[in-house]
Amino acid sequence: MSDIEQEYLTFILQGEEYGVDILCVQEIRVWSSVTELPNKPSYIKGVINLRGVIIPIIDLRQRFSKEPLDYNEQTVTIILKHQTQERTMVVGIVVDAVSEVYKFSDKAISKAPAFGSNIDSCFLKGLASVEEKLVILLDSAALLSEDELYCI
Amino acid sequence: MSVDLSQFIPSFLEESFEGLELMESSLLNLQPGDHESIHSIFRAAHSIKGGAGTFGFDSVTEFTHLVETLLDEMRDGRRDVDPKDVEILLAAVDCMRLLIEAARDEEDYDQDKVAQTTKQLEQTLAVNSDDNSTIPAASENAEQTPAMAKYNIHFVPEHNLAKTGNDPLFLFSALAELGELTIKAVTSELPALTDIDPQELYLSWNLILTTEATIEEIQEIFEWVEDECELKITQIDNDKVTNDSDKTTHKDVSNEELKQTDIPTIATTSQSSDNNAEQANVTSGGVSKEQAAKPKTKAKAEVGSIRVGVDKVDNLINLVGELVITQSMLSELGNDFQMDKIERLTNGLEQLLQNTKELQESVMRIRMLPISFAFNRFPRLVHDLAIKTGKAMELVIKGEQTELDKTVMEQIGDPLVHLVRNAVDHGIESAEVRLANGKPEKGTISLDAYHQGGNIVIEISDDGGGIDRQKVFAKAVEKGIVEPNATLTDSQVFDLLFEPGFSTADQVTDISGRGVGMDVVKRNIQSLGGRIQVESTAGKGSCFKVNLPLTLAILDGQLVKVGSETYIIPLISIVESLQVDNELVNRVSGDMALYRLRDENVPILPIYQMFGLKTEYTSINNALLVVVEADGQKVGLMVDNLLAQQQVVIKSLKENYQQVIGISGATILGDGSVAMILDIPGMIQMALTHAQNKRHNTPHNKTSLENTVIGEYS
Repeated sequence: MSDIEQEYLTFILQGEEYGVDILCVQEIRVWSSVTELPNKPSYIKGVINLRGVIIPIIDLRQRFSKEPLDYNEQTVTIILKHQTQERTMVVGIVVDAVSEVYKFSDKAISKAPAFGSNIDSCFLKGLASVEEKLVILLDSAALLSEDELYCI
Repeated sequence: MSVDLSQFIPSFLEESFEGLELMESSLLNLQPGDHESIHSIFRAAHSIKGGAGTFGFDSVTEFTHLVETLLDEMRDGRRDVDPKDVEILLAAVDCMRLLIEAARDEEDYDQDKVAQTTKQLEQTLAVNSDDNSTIPAASENAEQTPAMAKYNIHFVPEHNLAKTGNDPLFLFSALAELGELTIKAVTSELPALTDIDPQELYLSWNLILTTEATIEEIQEIFEWVEDECELKITQIDNDKVTNDSDKTTHKDVSNEELKQTDIPTIATTSQSSDNNAEQANVTSGGVSKEQAAKPKTKAKAEVGSIRVGVDKVDNLINLVGELVITQSMLSELGNDFQMDKIERLTNGLEQLLQNTKELQESVMRIRMLPISFAFNRFPRLVHDLAIKTGKAMELVIKGEQTELDKTVMEQIGDPLVHLVRNAVDHGIESAEVRLANGKPEKGTISLDAYHQGGNIVIEISDDGGGIDRQKVFAKAVEKGIVEPNATLTDSQVFDLLFEPGFSTADQVTDISGRGVGMDVVKRNIQSLGGRIQVESTAGKGSCFKVNLPLTLAILDGQLVKVGSETYIIPLISIVESLQVDNELVNRVSGDMALYRLRDENVPILPIYQMFGLKTEYTSINNALLVVVEADGQKVGLMVDNLLAQQQVVIKSLKENYQQVIGISGATILGDGSVAMILDIPGMIQMALTHAQNKRHNTPHNKTSLENTVIGEYS
């Protein structure tokens, strides 16, 4: 565990605050209509054209088995980008709202409990507390890996 | 002044490989007495040697030197062109390719093979030098039979020699490496100081070289300036030592003039030849160890550049010029626009459309290469296979000027090789069988390429025994691929050949028959968006037809509307579009509807149902049907509306997502929205699986993936 601080972008999903490594965030967009894909799981809303690149849009509420929400002007899409050795994956996730940017050192992040959470633990990186509230940090690499993201 | 030579290495490599190809094809067509071909082979070898020397690829230079020596003898008519020599030269071309590839990848090469070919070459050369004494057998041999000789070299360069980038100093230092050199400059032509042009060369030289090198080796040093100078090389000794390859030591000793320098030389050379022998031992030992230790991995040859004809580039420049004119016209119009100029605006826009279209076509054409690039390797392949199998055959190549996208070309090479190998091994019968069947003794394999619609068709056919339908069927039953009582059409039976692990050859040869391959061939072709078909008549031969798109980047598509979505159907797979005539619809068991199209029954696939979309148009009555064909199967896709036809740029879905069944890719339409491109074979497969599942009602033997799909759309 080091003292190096990392910045996390947090967003709201059904009242809870989640965070992702800000270096993985390519941009934040307002919701725009998508082109549907046939025979896909319901959490995949479809694909959009982002300056010539076609990227899939995932509803994170539905992916985490929460109540789906109707989209309005406040609905935002966070475009995440993750580079592995072979390829760069770009995925858009639909969230309720974007919240803050926090700095956490690795020390301040505690391991998530192995159960008792209604989100797949494979996406969990840890928990961090800011003042009174708890931020759930997501592992962006797992979030963007095909095997994890599209496994249900 | 130092130049970074490494920047020229890629072009050297490219030229060398071209040279090798030329050598190979000329060798294959070489007729006795064909001096022109020998000259061109020699020239190719010579420039490879020169280039390799420049870049310091010593292994290539040394080996090519041997090849060149042999070719030189043929060129000068000192040696007859004999089929055995041609075989050796072909093997040598392979070795040169191996060496150049090794030099490129900075890897080790198959030293055994090179050593073997080197030995063969040396033997061939040695045989000749017995009865012909003008040329030393090889560089190694030359070293072993040393003879000191004195040459007088009179070198009078033209005045502009320095301007062509040559420097006499380099030549002299190269000469000095051969032996002892005395240089005398002749300054008689030197003008008065005021008249001197600093860029001209006024000197000439008289050089005396004492060396064991031959006159040819000296000439070689001057070869780059040969045309720009007057060169006289004469031997000072009256004894013609150097022109004699039987240079034995006593002859040298008897040579009074050189006696003194000779004695130490002999001593050192005999030592060095011992060293050579030792080295040879070491390397051969090393080879066997190395070969045992590491399996060979071959880096894929991929030269990242293409040669484009000047006419194509000129055409492109013209088009860009026109585009600029249109642009300036439009911007002028826009500066001061009034409604009455609307007609000029429309015209301008039309012109812009035309320009863009032509520009796009031209740019695409740059990537197009004649398919001869892929066909080139086959004469050699068939030649080698014919020797290996002992069958007589010839290869006929047609349509080699047909153009194909470079990416497609690179990936189609290996599947084609496989098909040709198969044709040789399984197709063509042995000469006895052929004669017994009343066919010419020589089998024929033909390669043909032509354009058909927006596709290129490559046919690989042979006049051999054809595919044994019964054997294929029996094998398929044995492998459990089909039921013993299934009734299949011929083409369905032949398609079984492409099943994994399928081979009907009784004997596994090293050419083919292991049953790995045909499925890979099919997969490779499909991944290029193409398809392969087999036609075969027993006793008459078989024909493999490979159908490929010309390019992978752009597709002609028909836009259709289903619900709120726009889909693109590749134009190539569309047979026709029609409005349903209710009387011609037959409902069969289940929810499958068939449409009677002339004398065929075409299943109707409603896209909204398959893809789970919402639409108002759910009734088959008077619906719009796009009849498409894939793998010989026709289906009617039911759509809400037909929109425009346009060219679309294919974007991958896999890049950021994954493959979707029934969708081959996506594209971006004019308004920026994304539209899916339908994968017709995939959709037909999807529908068939669906139908089969229903009929058998045994979903557990299907993969879970198909289950989910079926589950969702039924």
